[in-house]
Amino acid sequence: MIGKCGARRRTGYAALCVALGALALAHAAAAGAVSVPRDPRRVITLLPSLTEIVCALGACDRLVATGRFDDWPVQVKDLPKLGGLDDVGIERIVRLRPDLVLLSTSQRVGGRLAELGIASFALETDRYSDIARSVTAVGRLLGLAQRAAALNARIASDVGRVSEESIAARHGAGASVYFEVDPGPYAAGPQSYIGELLDKLGVRNIVAPAMGPFPLLNPEYVVRENPDVIFISRGDAAQLAGRPGWDRIRAVREKRICTFPGVVRDTIVRPGPRVAEGMRAMADCLRRVAP
Amino acid sequence: MSASRRALAIWFATCIAATLALTFGSLLVGTSSLHTSLHWLFSPDAQSAVVLWDIRLPRTVGAWCAGALLGLAGAVAQGVFRNPLAEPYLLGTASGAALGVTMSLLATDASVGALAWAGRLGMTGAACVGAFAAIALTIMLARGVLQTASLLLSGIVVGFLLTAVNSLLLLARPEMWRTMQVFLLGSTAYLGWPATALLGAALAVCVIPSTLLSRGLDALTLGEDTAQSLGLSLPALRLSLIGILSVATAAAVGQVGVVGFVGLVAPHLVRETVKVNHRQLLIAAPLCGGALLQAADLASRWIIHPAELPVGAVTACVGGAYLAFLLYRRTRDA
Repeated sequence: MIGKCGARRRTGYAALCVALGALALAHAAAAGAVSVPRDPRRVITLLPSLTEIVCALGACDRLVATGRFDDWPVQVKDLPKLGGLDDVGIERIVRLRPDLVLLSTSQRVGGRLAELGIASFALETDRYSDIARSVTAVGRLLGLAQRAAALNARIASDVGRVSEESIAARHGAGASVYFEVDPGPYAAGPQSYIGELLDKLGVRNIVAPAMGPFPLLNPEYVVRENPDVIFISRGDAAQLAGRPGWDRIRAVREKRICTFPGVVRDTIVRPGPRVAEGMRAMADCLRRVAP
Repeated sequence: MSASRRALAIWFATCIAATLALTFGSLLVGTSSLHTSLHWLFSPDAQSAVVLWDIRLPRTVGAWCAGALLGLAGAVAQGVFRNPLAEPYLLGTASGAALGVTMSLLATDASVGALAWAGRLGMTGAACVGAFAAIALTIMLARGVLQTASLLLSGIVVGFLLTAVNSLLLLARPEMWRTMQVFLLGSTAYLGWPATALLGAALAVCVIPSTLLSRGLDALTLGEDTAQSLGLSLPALRLSLIGILSVATAAAVGQVGVVGFVGLVAPHLVRETVKVNHRQLLIAAPLCGGALLQAADLASRWIIHPAELPVGAVTACVGGAYLAFLLYRRTRDA
């Protein structure tokens, strides 16, 4: 009986310890926010689209380092590279003494930076509407709110123009399109950023909205939908006709395939200030190949 | 006919019936009624004919062949290592195949050297070569096939090493993660007639010699010393069996990726339901594995139709639940 009581008490203590530990962790996680200085001069960006936004606001000279994949505009290529999306070198960030680190909400490094007293700001960068929101936020943080408003207006007008031209070019009868992001086959659905661009170009995405942003499709779905045009990476385009039944798809049969070199593809897949450029590349290809 | 033979005959008949039902069912995913199904099946328009005969049929037959290869490989592995937890990938094949795929993906941009060669092989070829290379490395590290403990340990070491190299390569090219994820979770999506024919040929090449060697496996269950005293040449037996295991696993992993649990569960499922010797097991395990992967393939296409789930995720869920049930029953009875 006594032994049983002792065991129960020990279990109780253990549970209490775990609960206290969890509370401490939650507190540490919540006490993350470090205030951003008024006019940050030393800025680090850890995502290509954020780097592009900073430079489009004319603040490229404030960047002291970027992520590994940030390669536009040309001058950021020579900056120190701090790693990829999830292997950022924290020590190097600390040594660079940044006033502000800009990153995506999906990057885990943000919490650690806060613990080290480094100001950081995380932004959602997944959808078309995130571009304007990010431009506004980055502009405000860098003290360039007016430039941000001007940039947003320019992006909106450029996108509007490309969109109108593309819709007009096919007199309202949008071609059906399959955009493959990976040979899984993963498609870009209407809810994804790329899907939003396709919608603005006036084409019909063969993927239904309910299927989510990047659904793994059953390949026969693509065969049955029989898209007029396929957007795909160059490497995978060569293997399209070899997939079972895909040689009967209209786009494959009539070679209505859009592929882009890496530098152009970046403008299409990065939700950043070059969105109109990416849309223009897609519209040009549609004009060439769409029926 | 003795009771055990009758049980086995019923078991075989069930497996074959399940396979036929699953094949028929997989041709009809997405049709809403028997009337539309029959109409679709017997008088399809041109596009539906492509979907039926060039996509669905090879896919389901190919899934059966791959499952059968994994079931066979699992039965051989459990016999040759005398360990009920042995499975087809334990010699490092999965990691080797994954590394092969990464190399072939990297090779899409490369034009010279070994990478360009990997690019010409394509993803499936590179996976197959990677799997074989991993097995060769494991056997070299274990200095032959005679020591079970060294072989298993070498398999684990090679698996970890190749996975580490693969992860490092993927870190530099994060856009390849999605492709790798599909490969690591297994996919039957692109099985066409050529791939299915290849899997069928590999199955024939593996089943026949393994059943011929089944008496050796029976003798091995009594212990290696006893097997040797019965006049068996252990090195030759083990080498041939590991050769069969390698061909079966490499062929399957090359075509459908790393489909987990089928190789582990199929032989268990057979032994749990009927009493078999190795000759019967080496026929029953492929039949069972084939039906299992076919069922998983059907489920993966059907659950969130017209999108699909990775087939390996389905086999892992079902296989894991089954093993947990087995464990529960065993610990309850003990």
